[in-house]
Amino acid sequence: MDDLLQEFIAETRETLEALSGEIIAWEAAPDDRGRLDSIFRFVHTVKGSCGFLDLPRLLRLSHAAEDVLSDVRDGKRRPDRELVNAVLAVVDRIGELVEAIDAGTPLDDGGEGMLIAALRAGSDRVAAAQSATPGTPLRPAQRSVRLNVDLLDRMMSGMSEMVLARNDLARRLRETDLNPRLEAALERLSGTVAEMRDAVTRTRMMKIETLFSALPRMVRDTAASLGKSVSLTLDGSDVELDREMIEVMRDPLLHIVRNAIDHGIETPAERRAAGKREKGRLHIGARQSGNQIVVEVFDDGRGIDTERLVRKLIETEQRSEAELRQLSEAERCGLVFEPGLSSRDHVTDFSGRGVGMDVVKSAIDQIGGRVTLDNSPGVGLRITVQVPLTLSIISTIGIEAAGHRFAIPRQAIGEIVSGSGDNIRIDMVGDALVAAVRDRRMPIVDLGGLIGVADGIAKPHMLVVVEIGAGTYGLVVDQVLDTEELVVKPAAPPVMAAGIYAGQTLPDNGCPMLLLDCTAIAQVAGLRFATALQAEDEDTQGSEPGIPALMFRDLDGARRVLPLSVIDRIDRVDVSALRMSAGQLRLSMADRVLPAEAIGDYADLDEVAVLRLTDGAHELAYVIADAIDIVSLHDMLVPADVPGPIAGVLMLDGELVEQVDPLWLFNRHIDVPEPDGGRPVCLVDDSPSGWMAVFLRPMLEQAGYQVTARLGAGESASIVLIDADKPVAPGAPVVRLRTSRREEHDGTVYRYDREGLLRAVRAAAGGTA
Amino acid sequence: MRELFLLANIAGRMVALRSDEVESVVDIADVRPVPRAAPQVRGLAALRSRVVTVIDTGMALGEPATDAQRRAVVTQFDGHHYALLVDGLNDVSEFDALPLPSGSTFGPRWVGVANGVIDRDGELVLILDLAAVLARITGEAREVA
Repeated sequence: MDDLLQEFIAETRETLEALSGEIIAWEAAPDDRGRLDSIFRFVHTVKGSCGFLDLPRLLRLSHAAEDVLSDVRDGKRRPDRELVNAVLAVVDRIGELVEAIDAGTPLDDGGEGMLIAALRAGSDRVAAAQSATPGTPLRPAQRSVRLNVDLLDRMMSGMSEMVLARNDLARRLRETDLNPRLEAALERLSGTVAEMRDAVTRTRMMKIETLFSALPRMVRDTAASLGKSVSLTLDGSDVELDREMIEVMRDPLLHIVRNAIDHGIETPAERRAAGKREKGRLHIGARQSGNQIVVEVFDDGRGIDTERLVRKLIETEQRSEAELRQLSEAERCGLVFEPGLSSRDHVTDFSGRGVGMDVVKSAIDQIGGRVTLDNSPGVGLRITVQVPLTLSIISTIGIEAAGHRFAIPRQAIGEIVSGSGDNIRIDMVGDALVAAVRDRRMPIVDLGGLIGVADGIAKPHMLVVVEIGAGTYGLVVDQVLDTEELVVKPAAPPVMAAGIYAGQTLPDNGCPMLLLDCTAIAQVAGLRFATALQAEDEDTQGSEPGIPALMFRDLDGARRVLPLSVIDRIDRVDVSALRMSAGQLRLSMADRVLPAEAIGDYADLDEVAVLRLTDGAHELAYVIADAIDIVSLHDMLVPADVPGPIAGVLMLDGELVEQVDPLWLFNRHIDVPEPDGGRPVCLVDDSPSGWMAVFLRPMLEQAGYQVTARLGAGESASIVLIDADKPVAPGAPVVRLRTSRREEHDGTVYRYDREGLLRAVRAAAGGTA
Repeated sequence: MRELFLLANIAGRMVALRSDEVESVVDIADVRPVPRAAPQVRGLAALRSRVVTVIDTGMALGEPATDAQRRAVVTQFDGHHYALLVDGLNDVSEFDALPLPSGSTFGPRWVGVANGVIDRDGELVLILDLAAVLARITGEAREVA
């Protein structure tokens, strides 16, 4: 076949794969002009080449598609489901034709007329058109790669050795005096080696995106035909994998995804009944972890029903019941890999024929990989596929912590922030360190502390924002050094047993260095991340409204929240309005004095903000530094261990915040007697000296009495205090005070006997205190 | 059958090493420690553009750690290179490998890492099985981490 045609076929194939993903995305966001443009461009390019290469059928199809898309662009047509289906059908057909041309097989042109008509009408004739065309023959494998894999292997290991040899040479030359010409020659060698390495790498490595690009389409179609509703998220498309690995993983991945939709995710009705959202979630993520590539498929469906598996195996008499009952739960999950097993009672079109998972497992096993299952019955299933990364040249960033140097794979690093900048803050929340980088909050790991030098976080320091599959965290290091491409090899088992290394390497300077395994570090540091599924929450419809609360900065610098319903208003007051008196903090306002509570110091402030709290009957003031924002609390409170001003902690936007406990505050403060009304009156009759009024008033008032020397109109005393030698007036109960310390046994109380006096007063007043 | 043995001093004792287990004998200068690894793992060193894992052999055999060793026996095990520190080297000679005498009174640490003896002028010298020493370190290292 001639070169031009060959090129056209290769190009069209590549673009087609990327395109179906674009079309699905476009359907979800029809106003995305950018996507529409790229789809249009593809079709337009195909049309152009067809005319030139004399491919009339392709020309007709692509022309029709181009017309429709042009109408959409001009606003004459709206991209509804029918139109998208029609465009997809045409794109598919173009693909089939291209394959047929490549394989040299003729292809029936029946149905093409219908496809084109469907485009124009945008009707449900598309369904008929689709079933009329036969299934796409599998793309013939890339024969050239199969032929040359061994050669590429040799090239790759040769390149690794060449990089090492070049590093060695560079080191030795540096030890001697380098004359400029020698230096220049070394530079040239280094440059060439680097270029060669890139080229060889490129021949082997491909982004896993090529695997992922077919998925949106496939998920959409599979879900539709099974009557399920699924939303797909993809992560880590940039992860690079050896070409061979990608081919090996293609079918297993497709099968796993089909299984997830078919067996895993329930029908919308079943999901509603189970209290889940109707739209099931499917998340596929890829990441590099040390010298492995990890691909995870997550679904929030019903998980694996191990009981059913066991029963099925017993029924088909493949294993004995006794044997099966002895297995652990994890081992029972592993039974899905048994050959000839179908966990469904009937065979569906896509899966359930029982040849699937065992084939998946053996395919992965053959390339030295591993498949593991993480089953949560009723909640979901996570399937993890690990395959070795055959290539070992990794781009790294060197860091230093506690006097040790390490390398971190560049791919794991999101950004690097200086620890002393204004846009970064490190707080202690509970007993964990949390950093706020601009507006993102993340847990942090002190690398120095982790490797055994627990001096606390030194200043200055740098924060490396690490992105691993499960989440993001900050790694605190002393210094960030340089970036280097390194040949990383697995370290010896006694070194790997330390648990935080992904491999070892010999950089330019000749000193052996270890590569850190960022995922393992997070694990060892005890970080827990919400899974990708839980953290995501794009649609807020149907989610419960949270409790509105005020988030504020408290006097001790911590961020806390208080439910809005308790807060009457916020005032700014001068610090002088706050005063401690009789063991109680009080706030003086223009018209009254309120009991107040403050956690923290306000001594060096001039002004503070005060939250006026009310429970409907009582008021109290809570002193803070500043109000920040009104937020919505969704999460469950983790209660504090001891009762106190803090009710507990909860999660707010990924940050742990404390909630102040209004119940405790009110309970504590309501006991404080109010300055007016409602207390029993104690009449002190001690004219002319006025001794009692001066000496006894504070004590009596604290005990809850209102002390007066003269009764007002309509007032009656609950108790009367009188000097022992005065005559007693009838009426209210009386306590007589004597001046001598000696017990007289006459019912009088020594005037300085505080406790005795209080007791007598209480007893006499009938215990109304 | 006579085999070639390297006689070395490890942990104050003389041991015999099969020469086909030994790749080379070197002086290790610069050792980079590996944080969080077991204490028997001294660290990593660079040897002819290769990274080797440096092991305190004496410590692996139950003796306390010593700082001052520099001489090491380089061996390969399971695709990795190791430098096993020794106090010193004595001799390289041919000997007959003899089985371990039954009822031998070697300390518990030596059991399992010696797989024979040689007779050196009437003195019985244990033949150290390097692979077994490394296997023990790896096993212990995993427990520690």
